[in-house]
Parts: sequence; structure tokens; C-alpha cells
Amino acid sequence: MKAQHTIDYALHLADDALVLGHRNSEWTGHGPILEQDIALSNIALDLIGQARYLYQYAARLMNATAASGKPEVTEDILAYLRDSWDFRNCLLVEQTNGDWGRTVLRQFFFSAYQYYFYRELQQSRDTELAAIAEKSLKEVTYHLRWSSEWVIRLGDGTEESHTRMVAALDGLWMYTGELFLPADYERSLSPGGIAVDLAVIQPFWEERVREVLQEATLALPSAVAQKGGKQGRHTEQLGFLLAEMQFLQRAYPGCEW
Amino acid sequence: MEKQHNWPLWEIFIRSKQGLDHKHVGSLHAADAAMAIANARDVYTRRMEGISIWVVESKYVHASNPDEAESFYDPASDKVYRHPTFYDLPDELKHM
Repeated sequence: MKAQHTIDYALHLADDALVLGHRNSEWTGHGPILEQDIALSNIALDLIGQARYLYQYAARLMNATAASGKPEVTEDILAYLRDSWDFRNCLLVEQTNGDWGRTVLRQFFFSAYQYYFYRELQQSRDTELAAIAEKSLKEVTYHLRWSSEWVIRLGDGTEESHTRMVAALDGLWMYTGELFLPADYERSLSPGGIAVDLAVIQPFWEERVREVLQEATLALPSAVAQKGGKQGRHTEQLGFLLAEMQFLQRAYPGCEW
Repeated sequence: MEKQHNWPLWEIFIRSKQGLDHKHVGSLHAADAAMAIANARDVYTRRMEGISIWVVESKYVHASNPDEAESFYDPASDKVYRHPTFYDLPDELKHM
């Protein structure tokens, strides 16, 4: 039973990283300037890299516990051949890119979360997860710095950039609460033991977000939290994303290039 | 698109490893020095090219005029005596 929870947990973390990585990759070739196009593509690659480690780990656990004769699970199968109700990513990461302001704000909310999350996960009793966390934390530290700077620059920028950031905040804030609502598989992995205790990192996240939004001259909204993504209940946005991301493997199973 | 042309140009210098000089690697646009360093990190060090970055706004770099190249550089071409190897050293002198 614990193995199944660890699999669910690894898939949840992998799905978060893959879906946001894919969203960011939609900017590749369309960034506002060349330098930022590359910056966001770098972040997309970092996230997809994190997703790969986590999918590989989940696949190993699944194959180890599978009944004999079942076909082998691979990272590609997990990424490309599951349907949206199997995905356990939080709702925040699947939201559409919108304009540059909305994209960097989404990244900031998620990077701030990942930063404190991985910092804790390094202490996990699951040594595999702890190792992935240690490697990923360096990447996320930069993502947080980069996205914080952009949120401040645009929030405290021109009248237009400020207006756009207010709109982005209104559109995304309702999806941040879910980050700290543990799913059943998280609760059962003894928070603070294998899984990260989300109640521990929430105050750090809130403090960091408050600081950055304040410097960006943006007011903290109050909105009801939307939830369900971590249990497979998604907004319609994920379906469209998967349709594009999974098209090739669905249309040409096993295709390689 | 209009606005990006207002961002100043920056010259980027990267030190590839400890003990080596910063070398000019190219230029990029950024709104200020902090963004120039971040952009340089993302554009010029993504394949482990560096451990340190300098940025200088291009307008502060003053260059010699290519039209004056003849008068600037050609006169040095027949001054071999400016090289230390031009001189015969006495045999008593070791370790040079």
C-alpha cells in the first residue's frame, strides 16, 4: 500500500513539473525578446528534466510491484499515454499562458512553492526523492529569482504592465490554495517523514509571496481556493494541453525520432 | 515590439574558469544591469561555459577607429627590436 502511495506521490510531483514545463515550452519561439525566450525555454527544460527523474522513479516502483507478465511501464508511457483524470498535477500549472505577465506570475507562485518544497524534500526518508530534490533545488532557486524579478519589474512598471499584473493575479490566485491542501496519498506518507508536510512550508511561501507582491505594488487578493487537480479533477485547460502534448505518441504509438 | 528597441545593448564577458580572464562573448539587450546578468546567464552559460559574468553597457565601450588602422598599427610591423628575442644575450646570463 505504501508503495502505491509513493508511486502516486512521485507521479503528482512529476505531473506538476511536466505540465508547467510544457506550458512554458509553448513560448519557445514566441518570447517577447530573444533573451527571455531562451530564459523561459531553459526553465521549461529544467522542469521537464525534473519530471523525467520522477517518472523514471515511479516507473521503477510500478514495475517492481507489478504482477508478472504485465508490460513494462516507462517514463514515456507515464507522460504520453495517461488521460487527464490520471494526471495529479495541481490546477495552477495547467492554466493557460495568457500574456507574459500571467506566465511569469504563474512561474513565480510555483517556483516559490517548489523552492520550499524541495528544500524540505531533501530530508525525506525516501533517499531517491531526497536526491531528486537536492538536484532540483539549485534549478528552482534560479527560477524563483528570475520570476520574482519579473513580477516586481512588471507590477512596479508602467501603468499598462501594472494593470496586466493585476489581471493575472485575479486570474491565478484562486489556484494557489491547492498547493497546500494535501491529497490522500500525501497524508498517508507521514508528512515530515517521506512526504513534505505542506503545513510547514505554507508560511514560508506566504511570506515570500507577500514580500515580492508588496515590492511589485500588487495587493494580495482574497479568493476561494479551487482544488481537485491533485486528485485528477482538472480544469478544461489540461485536456487541450494533453491533446497537443500526447498527439504524436497517440497517433504513432512507439514512434521515435 | 517598439519597446524592446529601447532596451540598451550590453557587452557580455564570461570567465570560463578560475584563474582565466573574462573574455568577450557577445552582446544582448536588457533593461538594466541586473537583467543583463540574468540574460547573460541564460544565453551564454547554459552549456557550462562560465563561472563569472561581467556586463558593460555598450555605450561605455570606446573603440579605436578602423579608418585609422594604417596609422595605428602598421608602424609597428618593422620594429622587430621591440621584441625581447631580437637581442643576443651574453652566455653568462642563464634562466632567461
